[in-house]
Parts: sequence; C-alpha cells; structure tokens
Amino acid sequence: MGIQANPHKTTGFLGWIDDRFPLTKMWKDHISEYYAPKNFNFWYYFGGLAMLVLVNQLLTGIFLTMHYKPDATLAFGSVEYIMRDVPWGDLIRYMHSTGASAFFVVVYLHMFRALLYGSYRKPRELIWIFGCLIYVALMAEAFMGYVLPWGQMSYWGAQVIISLFGAIPVIGPDLVVWIQGDYVPSDATLNRLFSLHVVAVPFVLVGLVVAHIMALHEVGSNNPDGIEIKENKDENGIPKDGIPFHPYYTVKDIMGAVFFMILFSVVVFFVPEGGGYFIEAPNFVEANPSVTPDHIAPVWYFAHFYAMLRAVPDKLLGVIVMFGAVFILFAMPWLDRSDAKSIRYKGTPYKVSLALFTAACLLLFKLGTEPTTASKIIQARVGTIIYFAFFISLPWVSRMGTQKPVPERLTDGH
Amino acid sequence: MKRLITLICLLGLSAPVLAAGGAEPPYSFKPQLRNDASLQRGAKYFMNYCSGCHGLEFLRYQRMAKDLDMPLELVEENLIFDGSKPGQHIHTAMPAEEGAKWFGQAPPDLSLTARSRGPSWIYSYLLTFYVDPAKPLGVNNVMLPGASMPHVLWQLEGWKALAPHDDEDHGGGHGPAKPNFKTLEEGSLNTAEYRKVAGDITNFLAYAAEPGKVDRQNLGVKVIAYLIGLFILAYLLKREYWKDVH
Amino acid sequence: MSEATVDGVDAGKRRFLTLATTVVGGAGAAMVAVPFLSSMAPSQRAKALGAPVTADISKVEDGARVTYVWRGSPVWIVKRTPDMLGTLSQLTGEVADPDSQQPQQPEYITGAERAIKPEVLVMIGRCTHLGCSPLFRPDADAADVPGEWLGGFFCPCHGSKFDISGRVYKGVPAPTNLVVPPHRYADENTIVIGEDPTDTGAA
Repeated sequence: MGIQANPHKTTGFLGWIDDRFPLTKMWKDHISEYYAPKNFNFWYYFGGLAMLVLVNQLLTGIFLTMHYKPDATLAFGSVEYIMRDVPWGDLIRYMHSTGASAFFVVVYLHMFRALLYGSYRKPRELIWIFGCLIYVALMAEAFMGYVLPWGQMSYWGAQVIISLFGAIPVIGPDLVVWIQGDYVPSDATLNRLFSLHVVAVPFVLVGLVVAHIMALHEVGSNNPDGIEIKENKDENGIPKDGIPFHPYYTVKDIMGAVFFMILFSVVVFFVPEGGGYFIEAPNFVEANPSVTPDHIAPVWYFAHFYAMLRAVPDKLLGVIVMFGAVFILFAMPWLDRSDAKSIRYKGTPYKVSLALFTAACLLLFKLGTEPTTASKIIQARVGTIIYFAFFISLPWVSRMGTQKPVPERLTDGH
Repeated sequence: MKRLITLICLLGLSAPVLAAGGAEPPYSFKPQLRNDASLQRGAKYFMNYCSGCHGLEFLRYQRMAKDLDMPLELVEENLIFDGSKPGQHIHTAMPAEEGAKWFGQAPPDLSLTARSRGPSWIYSYLLTFYVDPAKPLGVNNVMLPGASMPHVLWQLEGWKALAPHDDEDHGGGHGPAKPNFKTLEEGSLNTAEYRKVAGDITNFLAYAAEPGKVDRQNLGVKVIAYLIGLFILAYLLKREYWKDVH
Repeated sequence: MSEATVDGVDAGKRRFLTLATTVVGGAGAAMVAVPFLSSMAPSQRAKALGAPVTADISKVEDGARVTYVWRGSPVWIVKRTPDMLGTLSQLTGEVADPDSQQPQQPEYITGAERAIKPEVLVMIGRCTHLGCSPLFRPDADAADVPGEWLGGFFCPCHGSKFDISGRVYKGVPAPTNLVVPPHRYADENTIVIGEDPTDTGAA
C-alpha cells in the first residue's frame, strides 16, 4: 500500500507541511483521535507524570552540565558553586535531585498499576518489556548521577556498586578495574560516569520511552477492567468505550500534572533533602577514599535490592539474587496465566499473593535504608523469599480460586 | 483521591523518621535563618573565635554581608582580618600544613558541617567541652572524643569537668541523655548566655551551609500559591470537559 | 468526532476555562524560563573575578602604555604626551564621532580627549567591530598601518583604525569608538578601574 502523503487532505500552510511531514497524521493518530478507555482511574496518571519528570531531568540536567566539572578534585566544589554562585543554581540542582527520587516514585506506582490491571498481558508484552528496560536504564542513570557530586556517599556508593561486578567468576576482578579505569573509583571513573550519565544513557532512555509509547499506541491502552475496548466499535469504527485522548485525557493529565507539581515544589523549595532520603547528609563531605562513612545505605529507590543483597550470605549468590530480582520482572507477561487481566476479576489467591508481594517490597525498602541487625537479616530473607515466590508461583496462583467473569463493556465511567 | 491522600500521608510520616542515622546529639538546635541579629552575632563570633583555624571555603564575604543585611564597609572593617577582597571566600588564616603540624590534622572547613553533621551536632559540640588531663591540650569533647581542638570559648564559658551520671537524671526517657557537667571555673558568661553564643555560632554555620535557603523558601511560597491557583483552573477545565463522558 | 455532544455543553464557559488555563499555565511556563536563562548569566564567581582593579600609574613613562585586566578584558592606560594630544584636533574630520556623542564612555568622559585627566587615557582594549584587541601604534606612519597615520590603535583582525583617544576612523569596519571603562582616581597616581568617581567604596 505504501505511505500516503497527507491522508487527511489538509490545505494551506498546514497542507504544505502535511505533504512533506506527517504532522496532522501524528497529531490525530497519537492525540486527538487516539481513543483511550474512558475509565482510567488514579493509577493512570503516572505514565504522563513520568514523561513530565523525564523532561524535568533533561532540562535541569542540561543546565547543570553547564556548570559542573567532572574532575575528582573539582566536582564537589563545582556542585557547591552551583548551589551558591550560579544564579538560581540551587533551584535547578534541587529540581534535578528531587526529580531523581520523584522519577522512581512515579515509575514504581506506574509499574504497580501494571500489576494491578494486567497491563503486561498479551498483546502488551512489548510495552512491558520496553518499560522494564526503561527501569533498568533509569537505575543505571540514577546510580551514575548519584556519583557525580563526589561526596562521601557518592564515592562509597560507587565503590560498592561497581564491586558487585567483582562477584562474577573469573573475570570479575579485572572487570571492576576496567569499569573504574583505575584500581579504585577515581577521577577516571567519575569522568566516564559523567559521560554516560549525560550522553549515552539519556539517549537510550529517550529511545526506549519512544518505543514504549509507540508500542502502546499500536495496541491501545489497557484499563482497570482489563478488557479490550477495540473489540466493541461503533459504526464509524470508534471504540464505544473509548474517548479521544485530546481533550479528555489532556485536560485530566494537566490537572494531575499540576497537582504533582505542587507536591514536587513542596520538596524542592522546603525539604530538598527529603529527610535524608533524597540527599544524604554524609554526601556533604567530599569523597575521601580512606574513610568510609559510619552508616552507608543506598538511596531509597535501590534499598529493596540492597536489602536482598545483604540478606544473602554469599557474595556471588547475593549479586545473582539482586540482579535476578530485576530480570524476573521481564518474565511477568508469561508467568501470569489467569483468564482475566485485571485484579477485579482475578481469584483471591492472586490478590493475596500481590498483597504479600507489595508488603515484602515495602519491608525491603525500609530494611535497605537501615543499619542491619540479626533480626532484620531474617526479615530481609523472608521479604526476599516472598518477592521471588510471587513470580515463581504465579503460573499456578494466577489460575487458582474462582475468577469472576470479565464483562464485555467497561463497568464504570470516570 | 482518598488513596492519593493516604499515600501522601504515608510518605509524609515516614520521611523524618530516619535522618542522620547516628545517635541524636544531647542538645538540639533548630536554626533560625530569618533571625538576622543572631546570624550577625554568629558571624562576628565565628570570625573572631573560629576563623583563625577554620575556613568557610564556599562562602564569600560579599554574599554574607548581603544575606545577613550587614553593610559591606562594616564587614570589611571589622570582620575581614586577612585583607581579603569582599568577593573572596572566607579562608582561614591558618594554612592547612600548619594546622596539620599543630593539631595532628588540619582543622576542617566548616562550610557544610551544618548539613553533614547537623546543627544540633554543632551546638552540642560547642556545649560539651570538658577538662581532661589525659589529653595533650587538657581538654576533650563529648561529641568528638579525642578531638584535638582547644576550647577556644573557655574565657566565655569557663571550665567544666565531666561528672558521672546520676541515675535519676537518666531514666526520664525525654530525648537523648544529656552529659552531666561540674563547673570548675566560672567564665565571663553564665550558662544561658553561653548557650546563646553557641546558638548564634550554630545558627550562622547553618546559614553558611546553605545561604540560598531563605530566598528559596520565600520563592517557594509564591510558586506553590500560583500552582494551587492553576490547579483550580485545571480542575474546573477537566470537570467541564468530562461532562461529555457518560 | 462523535463525542461532539451538544446537550448541556456551555461552549462559552468551556472556551473561557480553556483560555484561562492556557494563559495562566503559559505565564507559569514562561516564568520557568527565568531561572534557566538567568543561570547562564555571570555567576558570583565571575562577578568576584570582575571586581574593580586598582592601577598604580606612578611608574608609567610619558608616551608609554600599561595593560591591566578587568572583567577579563585588557584595559590600557596610556600616559599621553602633549604631542599625542596635539594630534586629536588634526583628526576631527577623519574620525566618525569626534566629540564622543555615542554612549561608549561614562557620562563624565567627554570631548576629544575622552579622559578624566587629558594626559591619562584609560580604555578597554577591545575593538568595537568583533572584539579583537587592537595594537598600540603610537608613532606616526607606523609600517603596518595603511594610509596616513598620526599614532593610535590599529586592529590587526579587520584593519579598523582608532586615534590616540580611541576614536574610530571613518570608513573602517568598526562602528564606534573604543569603550572607556568606569574609573576613578583614588589619589594622584592610583586609578580604580570599574568604579565611578561617585563611588566612595571603602576598598
């Protein structure tokens, strides 16, 4: 069939553009005639919010890069230079640091939504996989950004995270030295992490986000009922339960975005340290390779993995568990074998299992930020087992209990 | 909406629980960054008692004068001892190598101490010097045992010794235990006056750790007020359009 | 399309709310540009490095030039001889702005001498064409300056010529006279570059 230029037959200046570039077509396909289910609830704000935070990170990042110096002797001072000497530098820096935490808040809620309503199920497996890849890229990006201020937590965080690769048999130790470009984290390490943080990973991240959205718009959005609105179309071929994304979801998402910005501003302007969770106090001491801070914990968004790492009494196995916890997510579309997508129609065993999984994650988040004790290690082990058990038992659990019949049409309005 | 509110509450509650990690300092101090009089006194004490050994490598005299509402000429006449230009950072009079020679290690820069250790820690540090003949300088500190810093404020505070704890004092459970001191020699100030001096210095260091904080908070109030207004409009707009959706 | 439900829609209210949200939101978005664009302006460090510079001219010989750096730019101080000053009136017809009408100097600098004290020229050594630093060619008929030459400054980049007061010749690329920076005399032989005579700064 080939590509037809200007399928909407626009005229005038817009027509001139549309003859050469699919402007109107893109606007209609993705915004004004993209039909989304009309029953999106609270959980459906977070995808758009993740986009907003991504834009915030890119924008503030560009301006921070204008003033930051990726040099082990200058980095710490250059961050304080941004905080004190650059006009509005403190605001831009706090928008970026708060944005990092906000990104994970939003992404975790967005992922949880997918678990609730089965948004990873056929035909949305690739949306989920692109999403998981975004999550992996985001973690890499956050880790590298965390190192850049070159404070004590930055330095020792880099030391610990890079050392994880040392657990790989045979090549581990050499790999660590290669990653660092030195025998310890040093100027060379900082410089390459800067390069990756500002150039390579953002490129990957933006590319994956585009792929994520293209895949979504190809198959259409899921919804809290987990039914396919495309299966019920009116005589014009428009889903009966669909509403155009614009203006309905644009105005709704704008409202959500402004509400989010209020919360975001409260943190940026009044509590940018986030009680020690977003910016940790020891990071206000410049990196010192010979003194480890008394209490070293990762930022909150990595804490659950860190708790798992500490729960396993073997280095290699600990690292395998930690990475396994990320990569098992990718299998989600094939592990869930229930008839219904949405939790609304799934059996009780699945509901219990998801609740336990959520509790285990929250427990692990909490444990990961605290100094460890014998009883906390036991708790972390229990949490780790529940975490993995959720995925491993899913093929069976998802078919257990009585599942409710899935309706043909959406059950609720907005 | 209800779920959102619960979520916010949960986040809000959990945030302050874990702060610095380590034990609470015995004396707590909440900075008053809008109290210019206290900050000015703190700046004066700092320049007179502390700047001989400690610098504020990230703070410029000019910035300090402007933020604390001190005339630049007065700062230049009374607080700049080393002939620095007003645009320069507050360097210590003591070169790092000299400091290392005298004290075993160079006295740390204090620009960010209020953020790395916290204002309460600084305040408690200033309040818990005591006589300890076992130390080379004859003085020790509860917050930083074995610190090689002399008690530079002794003329104000006098000397005190660390006494063993009375048990009755201890079991109250109101906040962290306070060390028990016995006065050996009166200083020129009584306890309340000395605490005020220590408080002013701490307050000034809290300012020095983040000079832009007050301005940012002032702006924050306006930004949030604006966003609330915009939210109301956005909410009305959303409600208006969603009348279509049945 | 099919959603263009007409029943119960107050089109006026809808238009008003859309407009109001767009205007208020747009104003906010425009305000967001302020911190980002302002962050590119000179920082406190740049300003501190650009602080006023004090020049001691007691050892400068007649007819000689010394160069200081203020805000990163060369600032020339030339002790002008009576002969040099004599060339100014001869060039009135040759230069584009003989009486310093263009605002290329503080208001206390006027006339052909363009100096507080006629014998001391203080000038930013940056060509008003594209920012090169012109060469000091005080002697008449310097070998590398084309045309008739009574002494002054010659820009090697694009051939602009200035007289010994920094007044630009007619018919050269540079559009205006060289810039005189704000400066004041702290005493007979001490010039503070970057402050006006009205600044009684304590420095």
